[in-house]
Amino acid sequence: MMNALPSLNLALARRVIVDFIRTELARFGFQRGVIGLSGGVDSSLVACLAVEALGAENVLGVILPYRTSHAASRADAELLAQQQGMATRVIEITPLVEPYVAAWNLDARRRGNVIARARMLVLYDQAEEFRALVIGTSNKTETLLGYTTIFGDNAVAIQPIGDLYKCQVRQLARAVGVPAAIITKTPSADLWEGQTDEGELGFTYDSADAILYRLVDERRHPEDVIAEGFDARVVYRILELMRRNHFKRVPPIVAKISARTVGIDFLYNRDWGT
Amino acid sequence: MKFKLALAQFAPRLGDVDANLQTILAYLARAQRDQAHLIVFPELALTGYYLKDLVPTVAARAAPDDPRMAPLFHASHHLDIVISFVEQDARWHYYIAAAYLSQGRLLHLHRKVYLPTYRLFDDSRFFAPGKTFRAFDTRWGRMGMLICEDAWHLSSPYVLWQDGADFLIDVSASPGYGLTTGTDLANAATVKNFLQTYATLLTTFVIFSNRVGIEDGITFWGGSHVLAPNGTLLATAPPFDEALVYAEVDTDALRRARLDLPLLRDEQRELIRHELGRVAKFELDRR
Repeated sequence: MMNALPSLNLALARRVIVDFIRTELARFGFQRGVIGLSGGVDSSLVACLAVEALGAENVLGVILPYRTSHAASRADAELLAQQQGMATRVIEITPLVEPYVAAWNLDARRRGNVIARARMLVLYDQAEEFRALVIGTSNKTETLLGYTTIFGDNAVAIQPIGDLYKCQVRQLARAVGVPAAIITKTPSADLWEGQTDEGELGFTYDSADAILYRLVDERRHPEDVIAEGFDARVVYRILELMRRNHFKRVPPIVAKISARTVGIDFLYNRDWGT
Repeated sequence: MKFKLALAQFAPRLGDVDANLQTILAYLARAQRDQAHLIVFPELALTGYYLKDLVPTVAARAAPDDPRMAPLFHASHHLDIVISFVEQDARWHYYIAAAYLSQGRLLHLHRKVYLPTYRLFDDSRFFAPGKTFRAFDTRWGRMGMLICEDAWHLSSPYVLWQDGADFLIDVSASPGYGLTTGTDLANAATVKNFLQTYATLLTTFVIFSNRVGIEDGITFWGGSHVLAPNGTLLATAPPFDEALVYAEVDTDALRRARLDLPLLRDEQRELIRHELGRVAKFELDRR
């Protein structure tokens, strides 16, 4: 079974994304970006590309540990920031999250969502002080699967790597010089002890990438993907996740009453007038 | 005959006609200073591409008394101009149009025939389609204009060729997509490929003007270029960056290419017309 995706012209991907970051911030009058650094490969890659686009002095990495966060996450984030010459701020979110979690006795999943939204809250406020926009770190795999907290980690101004699958994120990360230790470690949202993305999803990123690429990019029939040797349960599970989580990818829908309705027949690009 | 051709590759501001007009006038001044005879701007240079509901607010009439067009008509006294804009007709239809302006007059207006409405395109939601492909005479030879998607239909350059065009002008706002291992994005490679094929097989000059810049995350790839009638590259602009590039055009290349490869002479137009008529009639009868 062929698992790998076709390789990319990484220099060209880098060029397009760096231009994208610079241009799409500048159009709204910003030269600076704020990135939540987790010590993982996604935010590390975005930080490198943002530094290339904006200059290290214009990128602020915010490290947002919670009391259960791995010490290694913070260390990796600091290592990356140091390598890139960008400033970081460490802001503990435990005092923000804990009273609410305790008052409502939240389970791990709900607490995870609160943590993700607390990080969003801090990033947006820090962006205001730094006169910057929040740069997102979502990749195409998690976006398609809906493996994200709505209005949490997906609440950002721009998504530079939103069209790169996880394996492509790793390739590009290698090309821009993200430390190998960050690229090869097990992906984890680190929202609770022992959590791993692949453990929670029930399949590997490599298989998700390969299946999504065939279904989405190549428009293949699910039956043909299964016939290639992919696990039928995983293929149908991925199809179901894509459908069920589509609400996370679109703006809230509006009840149409008037002649022209935002999002329905009041249609303008974000970049209108710039 | 020899003349100097300019390609202005830039990133229009989306829906800001005044700003774009200033940019265009600045390119015209540079090209005039550098003694160019013809300058070609990309698709919707006056307005930007993903206009959506901005279409009616950025439109202009293809006439010298339209305030948005007047400075361009005026500038065409100094050099010929191919400019693309949203054209509004008397009955409130809006077209993606390209005008060839020369010596203060409109020599030809082409309205985009093929309005892509699939994937990342939504042209026919907002625009009316053009109805013609017509070649026209200029000071520098007989030309035909295509707008972006028009060129993807190989019958369009064919018709212009048969109508006498020795220059095919393709003005584009081509959004790049499909990254692979190649040097170019997949659709950029396709465009370069078919344009070179047109130049070679139609033994005509091909003038390709494509924009750069980004609109809502969609990157326009640039790479404007000029091909000689044997398919060789006369001039090229870089990918992604703004540029003003020049090509020295010698129309004697047409004679030489057609002596080498007399495909135009040998073309069986009547046979093709007959066969197309038969196919069309068959389709009609079958319904």
